[in-house]
Amino acid sequence: MVCEMEIEDMDVEVLSSMWPDDVGTETDKQFNVEKPAGDQDTLKEVTITEKPAIADLKRLSELMDSTHQGSSQLTNLVKQWEYMQDHAVMLLRDELKSLSRQREEAEAKELEIIEEHNFESNGHENVLVLDDKSDFLRSSSFRERKRSQVFDSEKIEVDEVYDTVGYWKQKALRLEKLLEASRERERRLIEKLNESLKTMESHAAPVEELTQNLRRAEGFLHFILQNAPIVMGHQDKDLRYLFIYNKFPSLREQDILGKTDVEIFDGAGVKESQEFKKEVLEKGMASKREITFETELFGSKTFLIYVEPVYNKLGEKIGINYMGMEVTDQVRKREKMGKLREHNAVRNAMETELNKTIHITEETMRAKQMLATMSHEIRSPLSGVVGMAEILSTTRLDQEQRQLLNVMISSGDLVLQLINDILDLSKVESGVMKLEATKFRPREVVKHVLQTAAASLKKSLTLEGNIADDVPIEVVGDVLRIRQILTNLISNAIKFTHKGKVGIKLEVISEPFFTSENMNDNKPTTPKQILSNEEQNGDPETTVWICCDVYDTGIGIPENAIPCLFKKYMQASADHARKYGGTGLGLAICKQLKVELMGGRLTVTSRVNEGSTFTFILPYKVATPNDHSDDQDEFSDMSDHQHIAEDTTHGYFQFQPLLRSLYSSSEGPVTGQNFLTHNVTQSSCIKLNGFASDLSHALPSTNIAQSEAISSCSFESAHKYPNGESLYKEYESCSSSQASNEGGALVMESEPAVSSRRQEIDPHETTSERCEESSKPDSKPKILLVEDNRINIMVSQSMMKQLGYPIDIATNGVEAIRALQRSNYDLVLMDVCMPVLDGLKATRLIRSYEESGNWEAAIEEGVDLDTPSSETLQNREVCVCSTKRLPIVAMTANTLSESSEECYANGMDSFISKPVTLQKLRECLEQYLC
Amino acid sequence: MLGLGVDRLQADINRLLTSLFHQGVLDEQFLQLQQLQDDTSPTFVYDVINIYFDESDKLLRNLRLSLMDREFSDYKKIGLHLNQLVGSSSSIGARRVRNLCVAFRSASELNNRPGCLRGLEVVEHEYHYLKNMMHELFHLEQQRLLAAGVRYPM
Repeated sequence: MVCEMEIEDMDVEVLSSMWPDDVGTETDKQFNVEKPAGDQDTLKEVTITEKPAIADLKRLSELMDSTHQGSSQLTNLVKQWEYMQDHAVMLLRDELKSLSRQREEAEAKELEIIEEHNFESNGHENVLVLDDKSDFLRSSSFRERKRSQVFDSEKIEVDEVYDTVGYWKQKALRLEKLLEASRERERRLIEKLNESLKTMESHAAPVEELTQNLRRAEGFLHFILQNAPIVMGHQDKDLRYLFIYNKFPSLREQDILGKTDVEIFDGAGVKESQEFKKEVLEKGMASKREITFETELFGSKTFLIYVEPVYNKLGEKIGINYMGMEVTDQVRKREKMGKLREHNAVRNAMETELNKTIHITEETMRAKQMLATMSHEIRSPLSGVVGMAEILSTTRLDQEQRQLLNVMISSGDLVLQLINDILDLSKVESGVMKLEATKFRPREVVKHVLQTAAASLKKSLTLEGNIADDVPIEVVGDVLRIRQILTNLISNAIKFTHKGKVGIKLEVISEPFFTSENMNDNKPTTPKQILSNEEQNGDPETTVWICCDVYDTGIGIPENAIPCLFKKYMQASADHARKYGGTGLGLAICKQLKVELMGGRLTVTSRVNEGSTFTFILPYKVATPNDHSDDQDEFSDMSDHQHIAEDTTHGYFQFQPLLRSLYSSSEGPVTGQNFLTHNVTQSSCIKLNGFASDLSHALPSTNIAQSEAISSCSFESAHKYPNGESLYKEYESCSSSQASNEGGALVMESEPAVSSRRQEIDPHETTSERCEESSKPDSKPKILLVEDNRINIMVSQSMMKQLGYPIDIATNGVEAIRALQRSNYDLVLMDVCMPVLDGLKATRLIRSYEESGNWEAAIEEGVDLDTPSSETLQNREVCVCSTKRLPIVAMTANTLSESSEECYANGMDSFISKPVTLQKLRECLEQYLC
Repeated sequence: MLGLGVDRLQADINRLLTSLFHQGVLDEQFLQLQQLQDDTSPTFVYDVINIYFDESDKLLRNLRLSLMDREFSDYKKIGLHLNQLVGSSSSIGARRVRNLCVAFRSASELNNRPGCLRGLEVVEHEYHYLKNMMHELFHLEQQRLLAAGVRYPM
């Protein structure tokens, strides 16, 4: 108890902040003061007041006594103390050793003296005294030995020295003094020994040792725990707090001690921690856990809690030790990390997905490219095959051959069409397909499309075109594409229509609703863009929306098939595909690719067995009709201007089925030439079944008479118009595209689809060529190049062309002079070294002419001039005289004979060294022509 | 056929040209020539070089005939021929042929018959080398054009 009291005293003195020292009233104040204002991490609870403090310490000491931990700590302390004692003993021993060594030394000295002076009796006594005082650590044997030695030597010395008494006395006195001093030293040593013995005693008190150790330990703990955000506590078996330490308490001590967690505060996590503690208590195993508290007291916080069971000496559980640390931030960070990692994983997954998609897309692109290339590669030889077959069909063939050939041509046509479709599709998809803005006449386009369709018509259908009056005569748009769409729709309509009519209707409508949508979409082309070419021309044009219906009285389209109608490679049904053939590409190209590319829209309405109507709405610019430029449209060259005047306003066409055969016409006066113009035969094999009656309706009976005689399953019918024109003549008129409207039936061009398609592809080139030719400037300076070397001529000419100057050529001096006679030049480029008349001489002659106004000098030189008629000569003289000095630039090869001095001396203005380069030429031209 | 070798062919062409430039067979005038080739005259280089070979063949044949003649004395004529050859060679950038022709010409100016004969020998050799190389180049060029002619609808 005494010890404990002492400890307590110590605490109070030194470690006031660790254990609440001055209990009671001051505690609260102290804690309030100590609580750091900004520290939100404040942990909970704790405080020990006066009474609890004492009681606490008692309990603590009880704990110390009763628990393993306590006793082991005490044991430790005792052990430590024992070590200390051992240490002290060792030190003392060392000290003793050194002392005894000193004494030995002293003794040795003494012996020396004795030996020296043979001092007998006194020596004995002194030695004895000394011996008495210091015997306890000295080995007796050693002493005996020494003594015996001393005695021996004494005896001898006594025997020898025995002369003068006075001398001896003196000697004895001195020795006595020395002895005295030595005794004094000895006494002091003994004193010192005693003293150290005493201090040893005082150090030896174990209590003091322990106290000091404890104090140190506590100081250490205090040092470490001072600011640690840790809660520590001890709870008994019922989990009531016996003791708690909390640096930043938020509860008063009396609220905690003797209570359980649940009693102190409530909220999420409290129960859990209680359970956890119980669990530890039951299992007897120390463990850690993270528990998130959600309490009113300190909000939402996560604690890492360590709980270990406490046993008493008998091995019974008496409670738990508990330690908690706030890890809210860490937990939050960890969660964040987790989330980030999750995100990352998701991202990665997405990335790989995307990469896969990209890969697939690339593969697809490559495949498409391949397809396109292949198609392209196939097309060229195939068109050769088809073309040859067509030519072949114009030769003399028997009927079977002809049939075979027809099959061949139509199959080839089919393949060509298919390939063109594929190419078109891939073009549009890759955005390569460019729209062109050209002027065209919608009426003519419609008419032409119908004509073409009628030409290949094998059914008794009526084709009609109906164009509203308000449709402009000329509009601007991509006529090629529009024709393609129309042709596509018409051929579709014809394909699926067996009787009745197929027609095109054109009318102007107000701007449709979908334009605004279209603008918002990121569609590659809006009407504006398409027509931007025209806008740049500066013509004030207005946009007109034209609605085009292509209607038929065919089999119609079931409603459920309409959605997939415009998809690639899809047909309304598999049955249709089998029955009617086709790739299913046409409508897709029409809709997605062409109409929408141009900013329009394609829709369809249909009723099964009654017919379908495909409607497309497209914007066009209205062209000013008074413009008579060359490239008006692609049809202008096909039509006579007089006829255009009639046709432009015509709003209605009708085409009755016309069944003709080339055989009959070939019997007529067809020459080889004509064969070439209509090398294409209209295959007119017609299935007889179901058709004869139609024919009789459609055609005058006279026509049928001819056709009846043919084979059972097919017949060829030659058809003559009532007005008596021969078929041959019709053809002729057709090929020149003069559509005559006589008799309500139109004569049609007999060109088959293939060749007309080829025409469609070509016009790009022809128009572009035309543009180039027309864009030649006129007011360029005239330049004459005098040069004999063909290569040099070619190179220089090409360079000048690139610089934008057309040049005339003379191949020697004489030609140059003739050229100058004939015409007026702004610059002469003169080679020096030339046959016949070299550049230097020629220049001299030209200069002399400039001075004298006549070519006499030249004639003297033997130059054979043109002998111009008098009038032209006069003209020449006039124009030459009016010119100033003609710049002549020499072209030298920089050889010895062509020095620049010579050039200047002969009247040249400058020289270019060969080989001529663009740069040199440009500089020269800039100097003399600007 | 499918236009897959365009890059390789172009690389071959470039390599060939580089080596010709390195050897001094060609010089920058040839590049001038290439610059002159554009859409309006897509085969300009080919045409010019072809004419050059035509003309030069004739010239060289004449030179040889003249020099083979035992009673030959018209060195002036040889000089004129050589002037032509020098001019056209420098125009197309055939540097080595041109330089050799200049040497040949100076021999002819000195009425040095053995020198002329040797000059002709060397010029002919060099000329044929150039011709072979050009032939090779145009062959590659043609192949490249064929390959590049394959249009991808992209």
